[in-house]
Amino acid sequence: MTAETTAFRTQVRQWLEDNCPPSMRTPMPEGEYPWGGRDPEFPNPDTKLWLERMAARGWTAPMWPKAYGGAGLSPEQARVLDEELTRINARPPLFSFGYWMLGPVLLEFGTEEQKRRFLPPIARGEIRWCQGYSEPGAGSDLASLKTRASREGDDFVINGSKIWTSEADKSDWIFCLVRTDFEAPKHRGISFLLFDLASPGVEVQPIKLISGASNFCQTFLDNVRVPVGNLVGQLNGGWEIAKRLLQYERQNVAAAGFGADFSRNLWDLAAAYSPHPEGRIEADLRARIADQVMHSEAIQCLVARMEAETSGQSASVLASVLKIAAAKTNQQRGELAIEAMGGAGLGWSGEHFASHEVNEVKAWLRGKGNSIEGGTSEINLNIIAKRVLGLPDPA
Amino acid sequence: MTLDTESLKLIQDSAREWLAETCPVSRFRALRDSQGVVTGNELWEGLVELGWQGLMVPEEQGGSGLGMVAMGLILEQLGRNLAPLPLLSTGVIAVSALTLCQHTDISRDALAKIAGGDLRVALACDDGHHHQAGKTTTTAVRTDGGWLLSGSKQSVADAASADAFLISAEIEAGKPAGLFLVDAHRVRVEPRHLVDCRDHGAIGFADILVPHEALLAAADPADCLVAQVLDHARIGMAVEMLGCAWGAFEMTLEYLKLREQFGQLIGSFQALQHRAAKMYVDLELARSVVDAALVAVDNKDPDLPAIASRAKALVGETLVLVTNEAIQLHGGIGMTDEYDAGLFLKRARVCEHLYGNCAFHRDRFAAARGF
Repeated sequence: MTAETTAFRTQVRQWLEDNCPPSMRTPMPEGEYPWGGRDPEFPNPDTKLWLERMAARGWTAPMWPKAYGGAGLSPEQARVLDEELTRINARPPLFSFGYWMLGPVLLEFGTEEQKRRFLPPIARGEIRWCQGYSEPGAGSDLASLKTRASREGDDFVINGSKIWTSEADKSDWIFCLVRTDFEAPKHRGISFLLFDLASPGVEVQPIKLISGASNFCQTFLDNVRVPVGNLVGQLNGGWEIAKRLLQYERQNVAAAGFGADFSRNLWDLAAAYSPHPEGRIEADLRARIADQVMHSEAIQCLVARMEAETSGQSASVLASVLKIAAAKTNQQRGELAIEAMGGAGLGWSGEHFASHEVNEVKAWLRGKGNSIEGGTSEINLNIIAKRVLGLPDPA
Repeated sequence: MTLDTESLKLIQDSAREWLAETCPVSRFRALRDSQGVVTGNELWEGLVELGWQGLMVPEEQGGSGLGMVAMGLILEQLGRNLAPLPLLSTGVIAVSALTLCQHTDISRDALAKIAGGDLRVALACDDGHHHQAGKTTTTAVRTDGGWLLSGSKQSVADAASADAFLISAEIEAGKPAGLFLVDAHRVRVEPRHLVDCRDHGAIGFADILVPHEALLAAADPADCLVAQVLDHARIGMAVEMLGCAWGAFEMTLEYLKLREQFGQLIGSFQALQHRAAKMYVDLELARSVVDAALVAVDNKDPDLPAIASRAKALVGETLVLVTNEAIQLHGGIGMTDEYDAGLFLKRARVCEHLYGNCAFHRDRFAAARGF
């Protein structure tokens, strides 16, 4: 630990003490996620304050260059900042697909002009981004996407539709994979385009899931005009960019989502709803809950191993392992929770069901998507089989 | 003493090399074919030369003073090679008992002998067909001349080659059992030929008088030494099982890449690829809880009982899966004695039984978590 780092830590700690509002040091309810955007809602005014203060210091994007809205911190300094934020249980000032996924890609593939145009609003939380990848006909086989982008003068004209776009109905801009060459092999005809969802021809429809309302949308694109300057990287070179972005997505999903406790409340639920005296849990159910809890803890141990892993390759391999295991274990939680609740675990609505009971039913249903979204378990098994185990392709 | 990553890698590499040279699976097979039941006596001297049995013995008694993380690296390789060596019994279980207990001349002397390769010890704690942790009908009655021990034990791993036994016995009804270090020649040893063809036995003794100092007292009177030692046994067994699972998995993977049917390598069939990948996921989860358990031993983690049960249960589940899949994915030859898949399956099943099976540890884990 150098003297400089120690001095930096002291500064950070002091600034946080003076500038992190007390309510921003408490657990964050879902209604207060700091997504930002052109037209943001801040049910808690402290969320806005916290975002503005952190953004002013560039600490919403600590390692981005200052010219792009970041703070230009070294990895060491960024780690110190992270530790100090954790120390006071500070909420993240900004949730942002733009920061997590698009930013790193722009830094790597964007022009200087694009970086200066798009990155600062991301860092300030002023523009909210969503991801236009999957299509009704292109899910696991993403490269077969068919949303067309035809060149007309200084614009591309987009026609097609995207599906499973998270938060599209609340987002401002979209980073979108489009097909710019229908003759080339499928991977070589894809381009990476950015455009404003307020553009004429864009229609966004939320998708209702088996679990009720969701943040997923279908996005219909009808002759949407996009300036050619919004093309990131090479024309028809979008697949490389897309893959790189998926890597960043995987890393961030791992970091954010897998801190989750996949057994939360399970024991308590089983005891509370048990038909036996003193909350004794039926032996068969108890054994299955024990198994689920052990797997849940095993995942936490795996995450700890991944964090200690210095080689990027091993970390990315374990990401596929993690995704498969987490989906399965979370789904098991859902099944066990409603089983433990018996008849009380089948309610959809109405005064006869407590809200936590209905939430468990919804969580059980929503959990079915865990093994599908962000890369199906089957695709992840393929990845492990080919890249880790070296199993051969068919002759 | 904890080691840095490089030193640990050296231990792991030397374990891998020595076993590949001295005791690959074919060596075990050859010993089995000529002896029926393998005690591994031929291999013991080689192990002693490397000093592994004394790896965890304190330096003052002539050992290396290393921890469970280091020992785990060797145990895993042993498991991978189905090496018939009593490293777990002597180098982990006995050494744990002798270092966790209140130190006496007896305990220090025993540790020194272990470090010198002159003492092999086997744990005898099971009364019947099922592991019941510390509960036992073996009795210890205090007399002026010493302890009078009576009872019998089953499932004693490494019984025939043991110079001494660690015997659990009830001293007072309702209180935790005590752990006694007893010379092997004092008890009747009956070998048992199990499916894994390794050194197992039952022991029996009626009213044998052992010195007062034969009782190893827990360092903290509030602790139960038997319970602590069993958790170390479970974790050591779990890491050996992890190695065994990897051995079975790797031979299966190799076969998938070699065997052709229908004009294809069978490893190109997606169904088999997915089964292999699923096993890999389970193996990585198992490794994660085993790693955490090894560290927990060295850190004297108060949550060790739950952590030990978690490791034994999860690895047990995975090992049973992988060894069964190994047979199936090899097809017909997996069923032949000539092929190693059967050796892994048989060893796996015995390991699953020792020191508590999956069901036992699921139950114990649930209890440890408050349910």
